[in-house]
Amino acid sequence: MHFTRREALALGLGGITAAALPLPALASKVDDAIAAFTGGATPAEGGVTLTAPEIAENGNTVPIAVDAPGAVAVAVFATGNPETGVVTFRFGPAAGSRMASTRVRLAKTQDVIAVAQMEDGSFARTSATVKVTIGGCGG
Amino acid sequence: MASNVKPRVKVPKSASAGEVVTIKTLISHPMESGQRKDSAGQPIPRQIINRFTCDFNGQNALDVTLEPAVSTNPYFEFDVRVDAAGEFHFTWYDDDGSIYEERKSITLA
Amino acid sequence: MQKAPRMARALAGALAAAALAGSAIQASADPVEGVDLVVNNEITLTTRAPAPAHLDGALPEVMSGWLFREDATRAMQMDDFDNPAMVFADMGRDLWGTTDGAEGKSCASCHGNIEEMRGVRAHMPRISPAGDDLWSMENFVNNCRTTRMGAEAWGWDSNEMMNMTAALSLQSRGLPVDVAIDGPAAPWWEKGREIYYTRFGQLELACSNCHQDHFGDMIRADHLSQGQINGFPVYRLKTAGLVSIHNRFKGCVRDTRAETFKPGSAEFRALELYVASRGQGLSVEGVSVRP
Repeated sequence: MHFTRREALALGLGGITAAALPLPALASKVDDAIAAFTGGATPAEGGVTLTAPEIAENGNTVPIAVDAPGAVAVAVFATGNPETGVVTFRFGPAAGSRMASTRVRLAKTQDVIAVAQMEDGSFARTSATVKVTIGGCGG
Repeated sequence: MASNVKPRVKVPKSASAGEVVTIKTLISHPMESGQRKDSAGQPIPRQIINRFTCDFNGQNALDVTLEPAVSTNPYFEFDVRVDAAGEFHFTWYDDDGSIYEERKSITLA
Repeated sequence: MQKAPRMARALAGALAAAALAGSAIQASADPVEGVDLVVNNEITLTTRAPAPAHLDGALPEVMSGWLFREDATRAMQMDDFDNPAMVFADMGRDLWGTTDGAEGKSCASCHGNIEEMRGVRAHMPRISPAGDDLWSMENFVNNCRTTRMGAEAWGWDSNEMMNMTAALSLQSRGLPVDVAIDGPAAPWWEKGREIYYTRFGQLELACSNCHQDHFGDMIRADHLSQGQINGFPVYRLKTAGLVSIHNRFKGCVRDTRAETFKPGSAEFRALELYVASRGQGLSVEGVSVRP
């Protein structure tokens, strides 16, 4: 899918509007999405690794990887996208690890959050900041 | 069904019993997010792959829920434990109801 | 065309980096040093080569655009599964064996396996069989389709054409770019050279202003490369699809705020020959990954 510059700007402006809102409004959108995944439980920090580039050359294709030993599922959330949810991995009995990689769209520089659901029913989280550059000609 | 959809998977031809093998998959698909408008200003409806699964000999290894934030031509890399020779079954589910499948066998070394 | 002294360029780069530091974006030095482009742990591609004599010192050496990318983008090209272009090269390979047109032929009917095409991409563009025109690979493909297969010509930037040129370029991967610029090609090369150094658009920019005078510097938040075309067609992360040489030219000219030439035009074919000749000795990378 190809975002034109105008569309990318529109997405970016959406982000600015959101940033101008009172903080709880913005926080609640991500928190609500995480709570929907955890059933309201508050995840502990650590126990899940999220690998993402510090700088993404193009926000349309950003490689990310999650790794959470002992997890049954890992969900990824983007705090600065029009829709918060990104991807959820559920590991089955044939899984060889609790690791998975994919490529995602990030509308602008933002924090990406990974939340893991562990076998014992507890939840773990971590986050990473990805700077999305707008190219000169490529952008 | 979206046009030009083609799955591609990379699976080792053989493994030793109990070995963990790395699988890579990619499917060509526009992953239309539903966030865009056409030149006439009309919203372009969402059409994405919303789910991907990998089973090995009937047992699930990975079940993925995709949102519109997953990039065009969705790519996944993950590990599967191979305890016996058998067949991998990969399935991609499109918003429009289409299902795309691929199968690959593996032998024990 | 004399290149600005190295130090002045370095300073300009540092200033651009300092300006960007204000917006909290780190500008890494370009091009990267001490890295090799090895695909699938087996095919080493030449990403630096001595500048061809015709450049007369305008470039210190010629460098692949791969060297100007961030780690994640470079890594994506080093494995034929991680490289998303390969699914389109696979589609091109399927087309190679697909019959089309009134004669009931496929490419393979005349040419055999697509592997027989090894070397073709390295010499493109070249003078047409009749000797009176300069043809890009797209022209050769469409000539076969219309005269031998009795099929419709494909659009220059159609999916079918890009998939086919991707599959064809892949056959020449690792071979050095080696285009003929003498004999009947000479006037085309001269025309292409003239276009390369002509300022276009409201911004009054020639190809050389960015890709010769300022490669390695930042243009806003992007790294300027030498504008080499040895990696084409490329998979662009921006469009998440293949982009042809002429389509990239069109994008550059448009960015100068000029009316652009059309993909397939005589101007862009001449420019393609000249730009290819600036990358003599670099490996055909077909199909590369760029942002």
